[in-house]
Amino acid sequence: MTLVAYIYLATILFTIGALVVLTRRNTIVVFMGVELMLNATNLALVTFSRMHGTLDGQVYALFVMVVAAAEVVVGLAIIMSIFRARRTASVDDSNLLKL
Amino acid sequence: MSVFETSAGIALTETHSVTATAADGFASLGWLMIALPLLGAAVLLIGGKATNSWGPMFATIMSWAAFAVGLGVIFQMTGLAAEERSLSVQLWEWVSAGDLSVNVGLLLDPLSMVFVMLITFVGSLIHVYSLGYMEHDPDKRRFFAYLNLFIAAMLILVLADSYLVLFVGWEGVGLASYLLIGFWNWNPAYATAANKAFVVNRIGDLGLITAMAILFATVGALDYATVNESASSMSQGALLAVGLLLLLGACGKSAQFPLQSWLGDAMAGPTPVSALIHAATMVTAGVYLIARSQAIYIETPDARVVVAVVGAITLVYGAIVGCAKDDIKKALAASTMSQIGYMMLAVGLGPIGYTFAIFHLVTHGFFKAGMFLGAGSVMHGMKNRVDMRRFGGLSRVMKVTWITFMMGWLAILGVPPFAGFYSKDKIIETAFVGEGWQPWVFGFTALIGAGITAFYMSRLFFMTFQGKARWEDDQHPHESPKSMTVPMIILAVGSVSLGFILGPTGILENWLEPVFGHPEHHEPVLAIPLIIALTLTLVALGALLAYFMYWKSEVATEAPEGTAITKAARRDLLQDDFNEVFLRKPGEGMVTMLVATDRDLIEGGMVGKTTGSLAGLSDLLRRTQNGFVRSYAMTMLAGIVVILGAVWVMQ
Amino acid sequence: MTGGEATLFWVIAPAMVLGALGLLFAHKAVHAAMSMALVMVSMGVVYIAQQAEFVGVIQIFVYSGAVMMLFLFVVMLVGVDASDSLVETLKGQRLWAYLLAAAFVVVAMAGVASVTFREPVGLAAVQEEGTVTALAREIFERQVFGFEILATLLVISVMGAMVLAHHERLRPVMNQRATSNATVRSMKWLAGKPNPGVYARHNAADTPALLPDGTPTEESVPRVLVARGQVASVTEYAAVTESTDEGNAPNTDLEADSEGEGQS
Repeated sequence: MTLVAYIYLATILFTIGALVVLTRRNTIVVFMGVELMLNATNLALVTFSRMHGTLDGQVYALFVMVVAAAEVVVGLAIIMSIFRARRTASVDDSNLLKL
Repeated sequence: MSVFETSAGIALTETHSVTATAADGFASLGWLMIALPLLGAAVLLIGGKATNSWGPMFATIMSWAAFAVGLGVIFQMTGLAAEERSLSVQLWEWVSAGDLSVNVGLLLDPLSMVFVMLITFVGSLIHVYSLGYMEHDPDKRRFFAYLNLFIAAMLILVLADSYLVLFVGWEGVGLASYLLIGFWNWNPAYATAANKAFVVNRIGDLGLITAMAILFATVGALDYATVNESASSMSQGALLAVGLLLLLGACGKSAQFPLQSWLGDAMAGPTPVSALIHAATMVTAGVYLIARSQAIYIETPDARVVVAVVGAITLVYGAIVGCAKDDIKKALAASTMSQIGYMMLAVGLGPIGYTFAIFHLVTHGFFKAGMFLGAGSVMHGMKNRVDMRRFGGLSRVMKVTWITFMMGWLAILGVPPFAGFYSKDKIIETAFVGEGWQPWVFGFTALIGAGITAFYMSRLFFMTFQGKARWEDDQHPHESPKSMTVPMIILAVGSVSLGFILGPTGILENWLEPVFGHPEHHEPVLAIPLIIALTLTLVALGALLAYFMYWKSEVATEAPEGTAITKAARRDLLQDDFNEVFLRKPGEGMVTMLVATDRDLIEGGMVGKTTGSLAGLSDLLRRTQNGFVRSYAMTMLAGIVVILGAVWVMQ
Repeated sequence: MTGGEATLFWVIAPAMVLGALGLLFAHKAVHAAMSMALVMVSMGVVYIAQQAEFVGVIQIFVYSGAVMMLFLFVVMLVGVDASDSLVETLKGQRLWAYLLAAAFVVVAMAGVASVTFREPVGLAAVQEEGTVTALAREIFERQVFGFEILATLLVISVMGAMVLAHHERLRPVMNQRATSNATVRSMKWLAGKPNPGVYARHNAADTPALLPDGTPTEESVPRVLVARGQVASVTEYAAVTESTDEGNAPNTDLEADSEGEGQS
């Protein structure tokens, strides 16, 4: 068994994360789906880092984590303010992108 | 007493292109002539009610000031050699677009100065007259503002050094005319008359604009100097087109056939306006235009003949209409039309006619303005009645008006030694010059026109001032105040004396020579004394006929039914009916049809179907934009799948 | 991959996939968050197994510790039982999502499978000084600019979160005086609402008090419990006395006794 197994695992996790984003309507869960996709990418990065024998992949994984943390902070604040204004956590209720 | 006394034996000439030199000295202030009345108009219009008390007097002073400046310029010109009397005052660059560059400049030459004198002198007199005539009008200030505006615009028209600047003045006088005809616009009929004048003039403007466009396309410039120089190198077709289109413009402004219908209705304006704009000055702008464009007309005899034909038709047309009108102002308007027809005929005859056209224009400006002011004076004393059948016997109560009007009457009849004799008879003589059918047709038309003129002017004069009084009971005719009679007296003096001052002495001819040159010497087809004799006989016959019909015999207070011709003449020879049936109705039909076509075919069919299908398509596309984030996210995933699939396939 | 790592992989990979599927199918947000936490922790373990010890530790600390706790905190704020309705509102969304996901898995895996990877180099060489030292050299020497940018990003995001979460006060604070004034002015419950009922066998906030006519009143129970339908039934406690005493008053024992005396 080679390290490619990790890549396959990352692909599966990424797909599941995408499915969560596409099918779930609770904003928080959708958000966790995004996080799952980011984590899957991190897994791939770390694995590639090991394959190539450089630390770049790990550094990027760390950077992705920081970006994800920033995103979570802002995203959850948005969820909170939407919930406060509309008493709902469903993404489908915020459909003003239309018009 | 021949036309050609001064030029006899001198075989000349071709066109002379006198290049204008830059004005210096007093003439460089020539722009003041325009600026002063314009300032007057601006002050009165912007100043509003604050200027009510002193505004009319201020406007009158501005007008006289313009006259004084003009006089100064003429004085300076007389000190120059004849060839150097063409001065130009460059003001500023107006249009600069690619190849087109139009400078606003003034051309002070003998021709324009003749007009300046006529406009400012007669105009200023009429300002004075209006001080009395409009004394009790609540809108007196506005009236004087428009008068000043008119003076300024008319001076722009005659002083312009290019067709484009002329056009500014051309439109300016049109605007002033419109405003003044509709001055009493609380009367819907007057407002309609103003609109009519405006619309008919637009048709003429179309001709002028198109002529300018052709000139620019062929010559590349619009100033007189360049156009005059290049006229000989233009193609015959372009020359003919420009000539005819300029004629169309002139017809609109000068109320010539077939665009004459507005002049009669224009009498709706206050009488001083009729005297100034619709008799003495603005309506002669067409003659000025054609005289100014002589370089073009010299090159295209065909267009010249058309000008002469239009003039001949109009002079008879106006004369016939004049015979039937009972409204004193409308009869005078018909007479104006007819007299301008004489001038058009003269300019249409070519170089030999220009000087006489301008001569007649000046004398006509005096005696017709005088008669209009006289008519205004009569109306002033008769509670604004205009029906001549209700006048009669006014000679006893309005002595000054009667005498001054008589001077004008004798002048227009062409009785020696009054002004009309020197100017109009020379046009008749000139009409007999030429080859083939032209001298006979034009000559006899002019001759017969003179006879009819004598009849209808005498009719007007006798019906108004002679015979029994046919006033209604509530009338108490009285003489007008001094401010009105003095201008009338001055104009009457002009009507008497201008002819022999300017004509036989050759003053005007010599003055205009730098512009028009010496005409070639031609002999009329009939002997000159014979022509004069014939003319005077016809005039006497016409006047006698009128004497028996309208002085000696009773004049009915109600118009008799009359013959078919009389009835038609009363309706301006059915011009309006013709326009209605042959121009307005088909135009209306065409518009209706076009509207229907547009609505059903263009809007409903082509455009409608296109927009309909686009709307359907966009409706489909709109559904994909449902505003749900998840939906958009799916589109992204689909895109990623496609990209990865493509990568996979390409590997 | 050594035998131990392979074993670990085959144990932990299915767990991660199961956790991810839990996220996908759990109805309650809390369950989804817990599944997610499982994936995160497992992910950290995988990193450590892949010689990326520092990243693995950070993964566990930051993701499982901080981010997931933040998620749970928000779930608590928004409402624990704010579960999804199972009816899909977008027509065809679910079907197309699964189809596309399947296509993506196929395409991506096929793409990866068609690539020939060379023999893994391993990180032993670059991590001679130690994992953290090597990573620090990498970050603070080669990637320092990106690191600084990330720091700025974090600060900005904190500011953004503060702005978004800030709640402007629209009315003045209701202090005790204002509250009592408002109560008096409203003329309702001037003396306060009744306390919950106190029974011999049950004394809790969810039991309503009895009115003088013997009927229970909901006003004595907290509103939230009423809304949740968690109010205890009084008859439950009254039933016992009824059967023993033949009395009909659903009351405390003391009252039942006194009534019994009155009857006898």
